Amino acid sequence: MADDRPVGGFGLYVHWPFCQAKCPYCDFNSHVAREIDQTAWARAYLSEIDRVAAELPGRILSTIYFGGGTPSLMPPDTVAAIIERARQHWPASNDMEVTIEANPGSVEAGRLAGYRDGGVNRVSMGIQALNDTDLRRLGRIHTVAEAHRALDIARNTFARVSFDLIYARQDQTLRQWRNELTQALSMAVDHLSLYQLTIEAGTAFGARHEAGKLRGLPGEDLAADMFDATQEICEASGFAAYEVSNHAASGAESRHNLIYWRCGDYVGIGPGAHGRITVGGRRLATESPLAPGRWLHHVGRGSGETVRTELTGREQAEEHVMMGLRIREGLDMARFAALNGAPFGSDRVGRLAELGMIEVADGRLAATRRGRTVLNAVIRDLLAD
Amino acid sequence: MTDLAHIRNFAIVAHIDHGKSTLADRLIQSTGTVQDRDMKEQLLDAMDIERERGITIKANTVRIDYKADDGETYVLNLIDTPGHVDFAYEVSRSMRAVEGSLLVVDSTQGVEAQTLANVYQAIDADHEIVPVLNKIDLPASDCDRVAEQIEDVIGIDASGAIRVSAKTGQGIHETLEAIVHRLPAPRGKRDAPLRAMLVDSWYDAYLGVIVLVRIMDGVLRKGERIVMMQNRSVHHVDRIGVFRPAMQAIDELGPGEIGFLTASIKQVRDTRVGDTITHERKGCEKPLPGFKPAQPVVFCGLFPVDASEFEDLRDSIEKLALNDASFSFEMETSAALGFGFRCGFLGLLHLEVIRDRIEREYDIDLITTAPSVVYHVFMRDGSMRELHNPADMPDLTHVDHLEEPRIKATILVPDDYLGDVLKLCQDRRGIQLDLTYAGSRAMVVYDLPLNEVVFDFYDRLKSVSKGYASFDYQLTGYREDSLVKMQILVNDEPVDALSVMVHRDRAETRGRAMVEKLKDLIPRHMFKIPIQAAIGGKVIARETLSALRKDVTAKCYGGDATRKRKLLDKQKAGKKKMRQFGKVDIPQEAFISALKMDN
Ligand SMILES: Nc1nc2c(ncn2[C@@H]2O[C@H](COP(=O)(O)OP(=O)(O)OP(=O)(O)O)[C@@H](O)[C@H]2O)c(=O)[nH]1
Ligand SMILES: C[S@@+](CC[C@H](N)C(=O)[O-])C[C@H]1O[C@@H](n2cnc3c(N)ncnc32)[C@H](O)[C@@H]1O
Ligand code: SF4
Ligand SMILES: [Mg+2]
Repeated sequence: MADDRPVGGFGLYVHWPFCQAKCPYCDFNSHVAREIDQTAWARAYLSEIDRVAAELPGRILSTIYFGGGTPSLMPPDTVAAIIERARQHWPASNDMEVTIEANPGSVEAGRLAGYRDGGVNRVSMGIQALNDTDLRRLGRIHTVAEAHRALDIARNTFARVSFDLIYARQDQTLRQWRNELTQALSMAVDHLSLYQLTIEAGTAFGARHEAGKLRGLPGEDLAADMFDATQEICEASGFAAYEVSNHAASGAESRHNLIYWRCGDYVGIGPGAHGRITVGGRRLATESPLAPGRWLHHVGRGSGETVRTELTGREQAEEHVMMGLRIREGLDMARFAALNGAPFGSDRVGRLAELGMIEVADGRLAATRRGRTVLNAVIRDLLAD
Repeated sequence: MTDLAHIRNFAIVAHIDHGKSTLADRLIQSTGTVQDRDMKEQLLDAMDIERERGITIKANTVRIDYKADDGETYVLNLIDTPGHVDFAYEVSRSMRAVEGSLLVVDSTQGVEAQTLANVYQAIDADHEIVPVLNKIDLPASDCDRVAEQIEDVIGIDASGAIRVSAKTGQGIHETLEAIVHRLPAPRGKRDAPLRAMLVDSWYDAYLGVIVLVRIMDGVLRKGERIVMMQNRSVHHVDRIGVFRPAMQAIDELGPGEIGFLTASIKQVRDTRVGDTITHERKGCEKPLPGFKPAQPVVFCGLFPVDASEFEDLRDSIEKLALNDASFSFEMETSAALGFGFRCGFLGLLHLEVIRDRIEREYDIDLITTAPSVVYHVFMRDGSMRELHNPADMPDLTHVDHLEEPRIKATILVPDDYLGDVLKLCQDRRGIQLDLTYAGSRAMVVYDLPLNEVVFDFYDRLKSVSKGYASFDYQLTGYREDSLVKMQILVNDEPVDALSVMVHRDRAETRGRAMVEKLKDLIPRHMFKIPIQAAIGGKVIARETLSALRKDVTAKCYGGDATRKRKLLDKQKAGKKKMRQFGKVDIPQEAFISALKMDN
């Protein structure tokens, strides 16, 4: 049975694919470009919004997210124009959340104010580490001092501010991380994203790792200890995790990201952007070309969307599990059963519950804290054929 | 047909990799049997697996014409043989079909274990032997030393040894002349009743079973009716011919000649290697002596990873067995692995070759269980049973005692590594029978239990000797010993496919090694898993695989749920390569790897 009622909200994701420098750990779709034809890019985004809006009339837009790459390199005018165009097409919810990702190096007071004036009301800053040595090892082009400055500007410009840290870094000890995290919490406004360093194939770190030259990464036990410590420390400061890597003061969760995890509808525009939209009762997955030039070219010829696949009920059900178990609230078991055509096997659920990995209450299934630390294994078990 | 005086039949024998197939290449090429443009290296190694591993598995026959310096043209039938000990029976039966041997010795290496084993077979078969010192193009070549070694260790005259480079072609002419002048011509009577030796047979998709024969007496012609003397089955010969090395049809084969026949025979099993073929009418009275069929000595279970592929597995095994009489199989059911086959092989390389072919040619993923030898179980009631599978071990209260197969192993090794080799043999319950020296090389002879050797002895020997030791063995018989069945319990449940027979004194060491290995091989689960080795309910070794502590994707890639789904699919595919035992997933390679010992 198809799930034709859009659940979980409706959001717009805008991908800006450029950065000043490529970080060695990063496998996001980001590129360093010598020259950017800003007018052409602005026009392309607007044209994409027009195209998608025609297909999804009347939806109530609750979030916009400018992600990257480094969207804080976008001219404020472009950001403002995109927000305005989206508002023209879709009725916005009263408290629409509009987030932009910002790199500390590219933030000046004027710029952030410019975004605010254009309609942005939340910023997420990539601080990554609170000591200069580690920032350098991560290939970041900003210093801790710059990060502090940028964060202060952000705090003075927006009510809602988040920042990102990467932990489980090379040679990082548990004690060092605890201290760093405590410091981070003292700086935090209402939201924190705390990611364990992941070595991705195809990145500079990936290649170095493959060659056995990336030393000092934590083993599974230390990584687990760091994750556990993170949960404890944040919880004690009122920043409990509402998702595997995301922490917020109550009510300050990223509503845009919640759309992903609740399997709501979102439009994705920009190079490599993904979308999930429900059209005429069919749930569609959309994709765009990764290369910035190719994307522009496709947009110029009418559409930046080059892949569109209808998801089967089973696929939607799988996504529902993979995304839904990441958040503390878990997933709706009835929705899963409807999508999947059958409920979870009770023996599987029972066994995982017995192991303390999941909890079932009020028709919802959620991973416990323990379960979230081994979530891939839990998901594998739940979804095994 | 060729008169006897102008025929020479010979085998090329040597230790592994000493250059038999390459020498055959040069002989074929220099006589113009194959055009230069059709030549490739080790031309006769036609099977994929032979080409990939660079070894010969199947003996191959070629007929070449050679115009000698004396102006006469000779017919030479050469048989290129495999060097590996698992295929030693191919060598022995080849030798029965010819009168002489070229004993190839790599002049950079010297005499090795299979050099010895093969030369003794050649002597047993009354062969004239021409030593050939190969690889003289290499700087490390030392012909004088190797010639001396041949005389010292083997005791044959090496003064006439021919110095050859099978790579460059140097010495090939001398080799051909030596074949003509130093090897004897075959004997046989053209007007006597037909007596042909069935040397080999194999299945060809187009022609059915092809039978390789050596005519001893009489003449075989197309269209005749023949009898296989062992089972008296009668066949109509529809084709005869020779290999050059492609098949070439001819009208008749006379005494001394080697060639093939086809006779609408459907299965290789309908032909017995060593059998005597004669005419249905006016046949010969007495068959040739015949030879012992090759017996499988190593058994293991083959199970499909994906249980639904059982029928495909049956199909592939039956097809492979069509062509390989030394490979045996019967259906097996395992509580842990479901339906599969218990298969018998000549040795571990043979096992690997068959397994590789099933996986590649038939695209079936396999679980291979612990290789085992054949034990003799003597029951209290005086009867004896053969035990091919530890899982079938009868209840101990009915068992009186067990016997296991023993071998005589010959190892050649440079002095420097002798100590480590002796220790290895000692660790494997060996009894030293002999130790002699030839220069700085030692030759040790050990009496060893086959079960200590089949699995990883050869790998260990290579590693303790840095590749310098060579090894050959023969089965000698059965002997009683204190043998027990060791079970492995994973998460408190016995996994029958991991049961092994061990000597009681070695049980604890083996058990500890196995549970430690399994601890590394089994991925961590969400709960901790005890892994135990036990003998008759008594635990002798135990390890605990701790629970998985962290396995979660930190980052959320914007809305890229597709990426997560792909990851899940990959993990699911990984899970398919495992078998579930109770709540535990065991990877397919664990069944073999668990047995590998590091010392
Ligand atoms: N340099 C040099 N290499 C040689 C010579 N003869 C053979 N080789 C190499 O030695 C290796 C083994 O040669 P093969 O002809 O396959 O040896 P084989 O005795 O048939 O081996 P098995 O059939 O596996 O027992 C190959 O890499 C050959 O190229 C030679 O005269 N000189
Ligand atoms: C899309 S990135 C962009 C943010 C911004 N461009 C920046 O780098 O500051 C979002 C976040 O993902 C995290 N991240 C990126 N690559 C990562 C990796 N390999 N392991 C862990 N976290 C990573 C970083 O914390 C980063 O801030
Ligand atoms: S981490 Fe951020 S700044 Fe660095 S390359 Fe990736 S997107 Fe660009
Ligand atoms: Mg060969």
